Amino acid sequence: MSVILILVAFSVMLAGGFLAAFFWSVRNGQYDDTYSSSVRILFEDDKPKEPPPEVPTPAK
Amino acid sequence: MQAIHDPAAKPNSCYHCGEDCGAVAINVGEKLFCCHGCRTVYEILSQSNACEYYKYEDHPGLKAGTREVGSRYAYLDNEEIRRELLDFSEDGVSKVKLFIPAIHCSSCIWLLENIQRLHTGVMHSSVNFVKKEVIITFHDTEISLRQLIELLVSINYIPQLTLDTLEKGAKSKINRGIYYRLGVAGFCFGNIMLFSFPGYLSVNDSVENLLRQNFGLLNILFGIPVAFYAGSVFLISAYKGLRKRYISIDVPIAIGILVLFFRSAYEILSGTGPGFMDSLAGLVFFLSIGRWYQDKTYQALSFERDYRSYFPVAVTIISDAGEESIIPIKNLKTGMRILVRNQELVPADALLVKGEGSIDYSFVSGESAPVTKKEGERIFAGGRQAGTSIELIVEREVAQSHLTELWNQDLTGSAKQTRWDSILDVISRYFTVMVLLLSTISGIFWWFYNPAMAFLVVTAILIVACPCALAMTYPFSLGGAMRVFGRNNFYLKRTGVVEALAKVDTIVFDKTGTITSNDGPGADLSSLNVPTDQLCWISSMVRHSTHPASVAIYLQLQGSEAFPVTGFHEWPARGIEGTVQGHFLKIGSEEFVTGTKSGSYASGTKVFMSIDDDLVGFARISNRYREGMKDVLSELARRYELHLLSGDNDAELPNLLSFFPSREHLNFNKSPKEKLQYIRDLKATGRKVLMIGDGLNDAGALRESDCGISMADDIYHFSPACDAILESGQFRHLSDFLRFSRTSMRIVFISMGLSFLYNVVGLSFAITGNLSPVVSAILMPLSSVTIVAFVTLSVLISARLSKFDVKS
Repeated sequence: MSVILILVAFSVMLAGGFLAAFFWSVRNGQYDDTYSSSVRILFEDDKPKEPPPEVPTPAK
Repeated sequence: MQAIHDPAAKPNSCYHCGEDCGAVAINVGEKLFCCHGCRTVYEILSQSNACEYYKYEDHPGLKAGTREVGSRYAYLDNEEIRRELLDFSEDGVSKVKLFIPAIHCSSCIWLLENIQRLHTGVMHSSVNFVKKEVIITFHDTEISLRQLIELLVSINYIPQLTLDTLEKGAKSKINRGIYYRLGVAGFCFGNIMLFSFPGYLSVNDSVENLLRQNFGLLNILFGIPVAFYAGSVFLISAYKGLRKRYISIDVPIAIGILVLFFRSAYEILSGTGPGFMDSLAGLVFFLSIGRWYQDKTYQALSFERDYRSYFPVAVTIISDAGEESIIPIKNLKTGMRILVRNQELVPADALLVKGEGSIDYSFVSGESAPVTKKEGERIFAGGRQAGTSIELIVEREVAQSHLTELWNQDLTGSAKQTRWDSILDVISRYFTVMVLLLSTISGIFWWFYNPAMAFLVVTAILIVACPCALAMTYPFSLGGAMRVFGRNNFYLKRTGVVEALAKVDTIVFDKTGTITSNDGPGADLSSLNVPTDQLCWISSMVRHSTHPASVAIYLQLQGSEAFPVTGFHEWPARGIEGTVQGHFLKIGSEEFVTGTKSGSYASGTKVFMSIDDDLVGFARISNRYREGMKDVLSELARRYELHLLSGDNDAELPNLLSFFPSREHLNFNKSPKEKLQYIRDLKATGRKVLMIGDGLNDAGALRESDCGISMADDIYHFSPACDAILESGQFRHLSDFLRFSRTSMRIVFISMGLSFLYNVVGLSFAITGNLSPVVSAILMPLSSVTIVAFVTLSVLISARLSKFDVKS
């Protein structure tokens, strides 16, 4: 039955991983503005259809 | 949150902003534009290959109009100002955070995040839609801050730059603690529920016991962060309250949390029972959700503004040699000579030395007509010059000006400090006392009857009486109401304002800008005896003048043909004259036009007109009241006592008497200080006062009142510190808002009754010594969930019944 204890240890670690992921996403500011990202994902890819007149500066 | 665009776009609507183009549409290819401003924005975007802007929304722009940028942003070249505005600047790369109120739709986000298409000097930009901010990183060798901001202005995304922005900078920090606490509480809640399960099974063999022991220890482990991290807000708040001898709802909650934790830890460690850790985690998790729901704020709005967010960042000074230069406003010293252009603000008390002042004080004092000032006269800070440029000599520094003193004097009033007791606090005070009494009595009873049970019963009572459901009613009902208000363009500072609104019994209105519309006065031309074909002569004349009366007449005659005017001359404070198509016109005061003065002042101001020296009548200029004002006021008068506090003269009295039931409650020529005192006096007679104002002159009164609403045409622009901001278009719904606040309070009362019932059920288990962990683990979430569901549904249903918009 002690196998359950090992499994429990794994499950807690797994859940802890998700908690850490949640912390990271909060720290990253993902909950500061929940509207823009919902819109941003629908935008076309960055490149305009015709080649731009100048070479765009790469984003940092 | 989104601007409303007519989905069935009219064929004549502007491609950029969607407004009706009228008869003067500008064609570019197949596209129509309502004005040159909109066309210019379109052209800039199409040249830069950024026309996808128009793909994400129909008519995403706001009407641009024509705007001369000129040297308005020249101050951004000033090194000191530049440095303060920039978040970061190093090795030719700078970063700036700008507040742009015009951000309203997905197209805005797209365009502002693709700003590098318009200028290659921009490296990266990202929008925070909720705060209406854009953060731009750019090469400052390729594009200066001034050029960047002028670029944004050219596409009609005008950043708000005021003294406030400079002083506070972009240093405001977001509080993310609630998310962490919510995460921790949720995480532990899930795990603890799992580990508590074996404890509920009454099997008794050695394996089960092993699990039970280990799981119990794990529960304690998970219980620690729940009680002392996620629950710390409640513990701290209760402690702070107690130190001030104040019992808030957090006191019984804190008692509940501590008792739950320590009794459970004791039970688990001593092996006497499974403990209540699951109830504890559930409690804290639900309460945290309530906190999160309650703490919603409108981040893009500011309820704490003072004069600083009204003042510009920089000012033009003229040196002794006559050279103009720009300095930050805080470096302005007494004795400096400053230049104030048309539509600019006078930043400090100053003496007019050159030019003709026509100062609009409406925002500061409430006077509706501009005041004419001659050389040698004093001009107070906060007035806006309308007309030609003027030169002034500063008499007092910005921080000591008349206007600023007005502000500081409000602070010493410090009336808002005496917080009114929320109904929740009153109830929880009785509640706490009752619970403590009950637990003591039953403790004594059990001590004599069965001493072994006494400890268990007392702790059980404290656990079960923890007012979780009660604490959920307030945030969810009022938070829901606040969201309903927000969707209808009435923005509250915090949820408690709903209760304050519901308690009000007296409403005090400001006049200028509050019950009158800000579009300037209206002109009544019915007393004008002019053939229609000659009306266009008048309109040709008045369009050259910026006097509010001229503007009002011009607006009334809009659309008529314009003729050139020769020999036009404007006599300040008297009138205008000139020749149109060979006819000599004079428009202005009675004395100016007719040469005599009858001295009779009916309501409003009369503007006389003559054509070829023949008097043709007059136009009556009067304040324009907000749409639906009469209905709103008559509806409000049935329930509330209405007062008027105007900084203006009583010229409008006859008109106002038809709106307000009682003459004694109409007050004119009130200084900001007198307004504040008036509110204070009303409160002293036991009245609960709602103040509705719009300008700096109402700031004191707004603070002093039990609830202060600030009216604003544009909610993102300046409004004085207040409890709520009402978009002026919604003024006609004021009585609906007040009624809904009362409905919400009724919902609070009903749900409080329900949660008491749950408490009674729980207590009956506890007092008889039958509170098992299972009962607690079922009762606590059940009560919270049902209460939240009841409250949310009732708020939504009653909002729908009140015909409020409930969808965003």
